[in-house]
Amino acid sequence: MTFDERPIPAPIPDPITEPFWHAAREGRLTIGRCNDTGRHFFPPRGVSPFTLSPNVELVQASGRGVLYSWTVMRTKEPYIPAMVELAEGPRLFTNLVQVAPEDVRIGMALRVVFVPTADGPPVPMFAPA
Amino acid sequence: MSLRGSACIVGAFEHPTRKAEDKSVAQLHAEVAWGALQDAGLSKDDVDGYFCAGDAPGMGPLSVVEYLGLDRLRHVDSTDIGGSSYLAHVAHAAAAIATGRCNVALITLAGRPRSEGQATGTATRAQNPAVPDDQFEIPMGRTVAAAYAMCAMRHMHEFGTTSEQLAWIKVAASHHAQHNPHAMLKKVVTVEEVVNSPLVADPLHRLDCCVISDGGGALVVTRPEIARSLKRPVVSIRGTGEAVKNHAGGYNDLTFSGARWSGARAFEEAGVTPADIRYASIYDSFTITVLIQLEDLGFCAKGDGGKFVSDGNLISGVGKLPFNTDGGGLCNNHPANRGGMTKVIEAVRQLRGEAHPAVQVKDCGLALAHGTGGLLGHRHGSATLILERL
Repeated sequence: MTFDERPIPAPIPDPITEPFWHAAREGRLTIGRCNDTGRHFFPPRGVSPFTLSPNVELVQASGRGVLYSWTVMRTKEPYIPAMVELAEGPRLFTNLVQVAPEDVRIGMALRVVFVPTADGPPVPMFAPA
Repeated sequence: MSLRGSACIVGAFEHPTRKAEDKSVAQLHAEVAWGALQDAGLSKDDVDGYFCAGDAPGMGPLSVVEYLGLDRLRHVDSTDIGGSSYLAHVAHAAAAIATGRCNVALITLAGRPRSEGQATGTATRAQNPAVPDDQFEIPMGRTVAAAYAMCAMRHMHEFGTTSEQLAWIKVAASHHAQHNPHAMLKKVVTVEEVVNSPLVADPLHRLDCCVISDGGGALVVTRPEIARSLKRPVVSIRGTGEAVKNHAGGYNDLTFSGARWSGARAFEEAGVTPADIRYASIYDSFTITVLIQLEDLGFCAKGDGGKFVSDGNLISGVGKLPFNTDGGGLCNNHPANRGGMTKVIEAVRQLRGEAHPAVQVKDCGLALAHGTGGLLGHRHGSATLILERL
């Protein structure tokens, strides 16, 4: 049984997140950075979740991370929802791909993989590094 | 301003239906409103405050207010924090009463997800382009079950919590549900049956999940002078707390819930401690929901929840903390996919001494009711009430 055959619904970008999805089309994972605190955040947005200041920018992430938590949705087309902690700090909600549940371990090293969607930009999922 | 003692719950009603194919959602709201007012010994014309959440059809409270014919309202509140809304409404009603905004507050909940065939826990909902998190989470297959399962998985990783420990929560609920003629699942189950039921979202099994039911419930809250003039036992609001928790920019710790904050606020206002609580209604969308909230509310230390819930400690007459003596959402009822209302109703029954004799807690003078609304692993509201029999 494979765990990444599910058709992925396309994300619907908005005017603020368009640059994130543009980078995704180029295979680049970007995250928010608060220029007042120097902290990174996810999902990206036009203000800092730490200060509410608009002094933020979208920066390139390494695409590396470790597994924080996960599950297997035992639906007709099973898949592996996960929370991944990026090297830059923020955790993001994603899926694991190219891995079977029996090989998944919290703390395992992961790298970003962009997975195509039906009619939109690809989405960042994670595979064993 | 403290809300301690500022208002009382004088009416409580849980709709007996669990499948309402022959009713509309508005009709269910009306029937629970009638039931709660009858219970209180009040009438529609006494109601001058109305509270509802997102389960009410129409814009905020407007359509249900019209259907019910509530024509003397001075105050409305449609705060929606999912299944925890109705506990927050009790606090908001107490605040409105304390500040003279209304005298008799009616709170209703109703829905029919079972008749409508909703795959509540396992289906990904449609993406709303205006909701900022949807574009990052819906393509990832965000579901209710996955959100709670990830919390369970992390809790197991950090604290060694086991599936058998989680199963004890369902076992306790089932021991209570056997005495409730309206409960959807009346059969007593064992730890083995829970852990051997099919996985829904690892590590949560089918029997770790709550039921999907139609129905609803309602509460009537009023000022103490009016409460004392009525014939029902007086249940006073002693402590209230609310909180919201979310991904916080990507720094979400999945091992705790907003109960850590709402519970602390409620206990502070009430001037009591978890050791004083005789009965607890704890939101039970999944077994893990109960375990994490019990820790956050201070009934045991963080990470000790697995040990705390084991060996029947939550069973009335057996353990130290009787919980969800109606069978809870796990076995009895989770109307409209929102379990906060029934949490308050069973706490009121316990404080009045009107729970089923097999599960009634002796000398139940102080009870806690707590709700989580939304998704434990993503964003949720928390609301805690501490209620006292006067």
